[in-house]
Amino acid sequence: MENKEGKQEYWRWQEYRSVMPGRNWQNSEIITAGVDVGSVGSKAVVMADGEMYSWSVMRTGSNSSDSAKKVLDWAMEDTGMTAKDLNYIVGTGYGRVNVPMANKAITEIACHAKGANYIWGPTVRTVLDVGGQDVKAIRVDETGKVVSFLMNDKCAAGTGRGMEVIADLLQIPIEEVGKMSLSVTEDPKPVSSTCVVFAKTEAVGLLRKGWSKEKVLAAYMRAMAIRMSELIEKVGCERDFVITGGQSKNIGIVHRVEEILGIKRLPVPNLEQTGLDPVSAGAMGAALYAKALYEKSLKR
Amino acid sequence: MRVIEVITYYGYQDGSGEYYIVIDAEKCNSCGDCIEKCPQGALKMETMFIDLEDKLVAAVTEEQRKKLRYTCSPCKPESGVVPCVKTCDQEAITCIWKPK
Repeated sequence: MENKEGKQEYWRWQEYRSVMPGRNWQNSEIITAGVDVGSVGSKAVVMADGEMYSWSVMRTGSNSSDSAKKVLDWAMEDTGMTAKDLNYIVGTGYGRVNVPMANKAITEIACHAKGANYIWGPTVRTVLDVGGQDVKAIRVDETGKVVSFLMNDKCAAGTGRGMEVIADLLQIPIEEVGKMSLSVTEDPKPVSSTCVVFAKTEAVGLLRKGWSKEKVLAAYMRAMAIRMSELIEKVGCERDFVITGGQSKNIGIVHRVEEILGIKRLPVPNLEQTGLDPVSAGAMGAALYAKALYEKSLKR
Repeated sequence: MRVIEVITYYGYQDGSGEYYIVIDAEKCNSCGDCIEKCPQGALKMETMFIDLEDKLVAAVTEEQRKKLRYTCSPCKPESGVVPCVKTCDQEAITCIWKPK
């Protein structure tokens, strides 16, 4: 993508939205929404009677409450639905306290666990959520409830933001870095830095040494994958294993984590047919909790 | 109803070993004693969402989550006794410190 000066912005990923074909919200009894404002991406999911109706994924701007509003409006665009039609809204994610229209804020851990349970079913036990700014390993039970979780203590390296920085440095569109990193025959030694600023410096050094972009990417992603695998091993990796968050799209990371752990993640469902996008798992969980909370409020 | 523990690990693992403050949300009775006892002010009460209910649970503050290696270093136990762990009579807080 190009910015106003015509300069290509390699880190800039494509925003997207969709409405499930053939589904009519007017006939539904309960309409709920989940809004997940992450540090890099904002996600909104609208559910009609607990089923996917529409969703949207866009970049988080400098103002979380604006981003929350924008992403939800985009999910409802051209559907005839307005905020008034939503029975209950749950906000989650890094900027969850800044979702002004939300009836309630819930931690992203609980929402990702619930969302993963919805996408893949009750067999999911281990969820690796790789977001824009941190990595979380979550153990869940068959109902999608959190059993234990581990927060990454380190900063942006090994996450979506770090990946954007490296894509920009190497001048490779962010959507292609994963595939490109897999084109090396064997992974080189992983970069040693865990801080994205240092990792960038280290990558520059490797390029100077004559390393190809592919090799640098492979070294960076190997380091990221090792760190993620360490987190998972701490909580214990029980089958079935899934990956959510923006980096679930990065096959360079996914393949390496699978290789290190010696376990395959469950495959990602067809997005167009099911609307089940692992990037939006947190927003899905939020929309599901919104339904449960709304039903509970009716019983009172 | 089946009791499920909701356990949170805060900490790190690196060349020096691993260090985690582990908080069990089910055991925590929201008393807040640990917050007062932490010499670094690294703990606070956080709302957790368990079984569609909100519960106040002790947690490491967001700004401290990524620097526990420094924050916790004065308390890092040789004997396994850390103020936050010692003060909790519910045994909701434990500390894992395995130097390499």
